[in-house]
Amino acid sequence: MSNLKNVFNYTVLTIASIVSVFPFLWMVVSATNKSVEVTKGRLLPGSHFMENFRNLLDSTNLVNALMNSAKIAIVTTLLALLVSSLAGYGFEIFKSKTKDFVFNFLLLSMMIPFAALMVPLFRMFGTISQIFPSIGIDTMTAVILPTVTTAFLIFFFRQNTKMFPKEIIEAGRIDGLSEWGIFFRLYVPAMKTTYAAAAIITFMSSWNGYLWPLVILQSPENQTVPLLISNLGSSHYPDFGMIMTAVVIATLPTALIFFFMQKHFVAGMLGSVK
Amino acid sequence: MNIDLTIKTGRNINRKHRIKSTIVGWSFVILATIMICVFYFYPMVQALILSLQSGSGANLTFVGLKNYARLFNDPTFLTTVKNTVIYLIIQVPIMIIVALFLAVLLNNPKLKLRGLFRTAIFLPCVTSLVAYSVIFKYLFSEDGLINVMLTKFSLISEPINWLGDPFWAKVTIIIALTWRWAGYNMIFYLSALQNIDQSIYEAAKIDGASPVQQFFKITIPLLKPVILFTSITSTIGTLQLFDEVVNITQGGPGNATMTISQYIYNLSFKYTPDFGYAATVSYAIVIMIVFFSIIQFKVAGDKNE
Repeated sequence: MSNLKNVFNYTVLTIASIVSVFPFLWMVVSATNKSVEVTKGRLLPGSHFMENFRNLLDSTNLVNALMNSAKIAIVTTLLALLVSSLAGYGFEIFKSKTKDFVFNFLLLSMMIPFAALMVPLFRMFGTISQIFPSIGIDTMTAVILPTVTTAFLIFFFRQNTKMFPKEIIEAGRIDGLSEWGIFFRLYVPAMKTTYAAAAIITFMSSWNGYLWPLVILQSPENQTVPLLISNLGSSHYPDFGMIMTAVVIATLPTALIFFFMQKHFVAGMLGSVK
Repeated sequence: MNIDLTIKTGRNINRKHRIKSTIVGWSFVILATIMICVFYFYPMVQALILSLQSGSGANLTFVGLKNYARLFNDPTFLTTVKNTVIYLIIQVPIMIIVALFLAVLLNNPKLKLRGLFRTAIFLPCVTSLVAYSVIFKYLFSEDGLINVMLTKFSLISEPINWLGDPFWAKVTIIIALTWRWAGYNMIFYLSALQNIDQSIYEAAKIDGASPVQQFFKITIPLLKPVILFTSITSTIGTLQLFDEVVNITQGGPGNATMTISQYIYNLSFKYTPDFGYAATVSYAIVIMIVFFSIIQFKVAGDKNE
């Protein structure tokens, strides 16, 4: 009986694992094959990766798109960590009735779908464009600004701040540190794990962002990686091998982050329900 | 006299201190508060005003509730609502059951290769929505690998037109969404399961409860807050569905897979721009999110009593 149950458990988990991993393997294998072989469903690795890669470099502006995506994701992550950790700390440590009300009000923004914000935001940046073209439509700043502050991240930092010992804050005050000094010199270094988890989550969602960049970016030189892949995927005569190579390259940064920081990433997601 | 003075100064210092700490407290949270107001709440108010206007591009005039009346006679809008609700009521429960099931299997401490299984099942979460959509588009194309394998193993006699048939196209989207998000939800259940005290199960075993009874009488009730959390976030996610549909089927065939978000995008940036009506459609999503969230809270709340 117990043996039978074991066989069943392992079978289900093995199937689930294969189904989960298979599209990845197929993507990597396809990146090494010619377009015709990909459509024929070849499952063995080939020797055409370099050729696909060269085609990709020749026919698209991949390097530029990678640079744009990296720039956007890094700046967004740094700003998001600063703004949200300040707020999460502030709401938890300097609690008051008014602040609790404001906090709950900010949480409501999680219910707002991005589709509802897209048009007003686009018009807002249109207006800004007329005065400050450098932060208006078709700029990196316009991509970054609306995605920097999310109620989720503020909530995440507030939850984690609950675990930060209040005695440390008291000790800092007695030693004559200012409130800002306590935050930057005691809190930030002590909360490394929390920051790491938040950084992973933010970097991933920024790196993978699609709808807002699609709306706000217009010129080809501002293209990000998801926009480039989406364009390749919708072409009439697709070179499948080349597209798969692009998909592999686009997935590589987030996959690497995941593998090296898996613990933090999982911890980060769990922090949001604790 | 003397005493009076000390009290006064004491109060003054106290007040000064209070004001100062209030200012410091607010200075920590003010930037985030302003950013959320500027990039979430202000646009929501703008969208409300826009939804009462009509016209193309920048030439807008007030039309009252005309846009809202138009919703109910707009076949494309009604189709997108129908599609979105279908994704919601089929995909979200399937995904949550799959995630819960896998989490319970993985929670067994005697299981070997636990970490390996967990990593594998969680792996889809690292892909970008656009990237995995492109992969699924080719896997499910008419001469794609899925059809090749299904015919090879004689599961089907002729290839299924996954992306060209209104029914199968929806199925493809649901399969893709489940692939991407089941592992993500599983992680939440797994952590909740690990927080359950094992002695509860031992007591139940002594009382003669079967594993199935234990699951429904102990596990499910204890996981209820997490299930509520995941079902609300999945619902909000599904109601905003965009990247997958655009990149797998472009909303086709016909409008068979088009979502509300894609329709808003088309109304604003693809067709002759009608920002007013697009804003009206976007309020339909807001109303649906509120509606479904209230239902889910109600369902979860009732079980509590």
